[in-house]
Amino acid sequence: MPLITYRKALNDALAEELLRDENVVIVGEEVAEYNGAYKVTEGLWRRFGSRRVVDTPISEAGFIGLGIGASMLGIRPVIELMFWSFAYVAFDQIINNAGCIRYMSGGLIHLPLVIRGPANGGTNVGATHSHTPENFIANTPGLKVVCPATAYDAKGLMKAAIRDNDPVCVMENTLLYGECWDVPEEEYLIPLGVADIKRSGTDVALIAHGRAVLTALKAADILERQHRIHAEVIDLRSIRPLDEEAILNSIRKTHRAVLVDENRPFCAVSSQIATLIQERVFDELDAPVVRVCTLDAPAIYSPELEKRQLPTAERVVNKTLSIC
Amino acid sequence: MNKTSVTNKIQTEANRQDFSRVRTNAILTPDQKVGFLRAMMRIRRFEQTALKYYNQGYMGGFLHLYIGQEAVAVGALSLLSADDHIITAYRDHGHALAIGMDMNGCMAELFGKATGCSKGKGGSMHFFSPEKHYWGGHGVVGGQTPLGLGIAYALKYKKIRGAALCFLGDGAINQGTYHESLNLAGLWHLPVVYIIENNQYSMGTSVERSSTFRNCLAQRAEGYGIAWDTANGEDLYEVRAKTQEAIQRAHEDCRPTVLEVRTYRYYGHSVADANAKKYRPTEEIERYKNFHDPIRLWCKRLLDEAVITGKLIDQIDEEARCEVESAVQFASRSPAPKEAAIFEDVYYEVDHATQAGCSGTHFFR
Repeated sequence: MPLITYRKALNDALAEELLRDENVVIVGEEVAEYNGAYKVTEGLWRRFGSRRVVDTPISEAGFIGLGIGASMLGIRPVIELMFWSFAYVAFDQIINNAGCIRYMSGGLIHLPLVIRGPANGGTNVGATHSHTPENFIANTPGLKVVCPATAYDAKGLMKAAIRDNDPVCVMENTLLYGECWDVPEEEYLIPLGVADIKRSGTDVALIAHGRAVLTALKAADILERQHRIHAEVIDLRSIRPLDEEAILNSIRKTHRAVLVDENRPFCAVSSQIATLIQERVFDELDAPVVRVCTLDAPAIYSPELEKRQLPTAERVVNKTLSIC
Repeated sequence: MNKTSVTNKIQTEANRQDFSRVRTNAILTPDQKVGFLRAMMRIRRFEQTALKYYNQGYMGGFLHLYIGQEAVAVGALSLLSADDHIITAYRDHGHALAIGMDMNGCMAELFGKATGCSKGKGGSMHFFSPEKHYWGGHGVVGGQTPLGLGIAYALKYKKIRGAALCFLGDGAINQGTYHESLNLAGLWHLPVVYIIENNQYSMGTSVERSSTFRNCLAQRAEGYGIAWDTANGEDLYEVRAKTQEAIQRAHEDCRPTVLEVRTYRYYGHSVADANAKKYRPTEEIERYKNFHDPIRLWCKRLLDEAVITGKLIDQIDEEARCEVESAVQFASRSPAPKEAAIFEDVYYEVDHATQAGCSGTHFFR
């Protein structure tokens, strides 16, 4: 199986869907002639032309709203946000239009759009460029959100997101774009709402999404080798819809949970997971559900500090030891 | 046709052109002209009745009445071809009725019933009819402006010779999204027609207090390389003539237009607006009602042209009243939505029980 980068996996997904469906259009800043700020759309404009891959001026509210309006007539825009941090410029369009039009019309309208882009800290780009807003999207019925952690997941989820008839937000990660994983050449899709057990274990469930999954896997490795603790790592992959059963089954098996979340703690995705677990499988728990989140302040610039502000394998190991 | 002189475009009593002779209007049959009266009367009576039942507590939320502005929606929408689309803000009942939505469904929506045009889920500000190419009904000021742009984009993408008419108010022109939309429309040559219904007040704030370059709101379009014009909203012929030029520009050249239509609302911003007579002098409101009412003026036109009689006018009015009363009966008799309906119409995939819709938890507690 070919080893390809997360970036290439996304690029392939976009190219395949552009080929498959005439209505798919890629829209965003620098997506066409610049080949993408992070090269995710590299080569697509040369291959598919200006009608299918469209460079926009810097007008997030304008072009996201345009994409939503076009999707009402059956266009399937895949709109790039250079950083998910810029979503706030267009938040009215995303939450009030993409999130509410179907409902307010009594189901007469559906909006088959995708908004994608990197959502992550850890790159020293400062507080306003380092947001991870999957929790805000997850709090909005009408919207869907996925956070792929590997190239394999990125490709499958992107294709599923494009074919989904509801608005799907795809949260990528600049630190993952260059990483490689095995990705089959044959076509495959990963359904939304299905988590993945990245590592099987018996003693504790480390539940994460996005790059925090890789942090959890590092921690699981340390726990295994140095502490003989067999940790299970659950990659949520899809936040809304959420694979609740996978989470609950893992607790039924391991009886302990450490949630690893690159967001800040208040009202993060992990807050929802914690309440889910304690409400539904309380009797299965042998310890409180605990979390390792990004330290609760705006993203600090100093490179030395920012790495410590995010969840680290070390903090995950220590937190796990505190409940095992 | 891109006129640059503002004074040319603002009609005074002295130089008011007679738009009845413009081709678009010259080809109208008497039946069509009477039909416009009927359309405006239906809107007027619907709004007045909605007001009455709102005040009696049958409706919740906000009610933004279109009374006084009827000729704008009726005039503009009378020009739509099969490939044209429209979208507006929250003062949307007039557009809904003018485009042919069922009055029963509209009234039931106000009453919050399951038989409402949005199943009771939208309310006054959210009437939609995709089958009639009417894309709402939107609550956030200016929020619909990029949506209208997107509709135009889709038409161009699909190589459909159509126009997207996007209505907005004099308050919305100061929202950032409107400016972003104008830039995109001018840059990408999109067939959108922005129709500014300038009723001179955005809630309690007059145009003078909210906009620089207050004499002509449409002229900002020049900054974006977009053609613009103005029209007197009390004159249905003029609304038709000017809108037709814009639609033609969209169809033939695939270029946008900004058309500012001067109009007036007799009631407040919404029925809840307690200051409607404080931020406007009473004599101003009375002047509009007495001398600039679009329905009265149209009746006078039709009488002058001898295509109608006083008796027929009364009959049309009576029919409109009956239709509205019957819509109220329909709404009153209709059931409220069931509680389970709260979770319906959120996700297409769930509503259609597709594989995607059955995968993972979509609603939480």
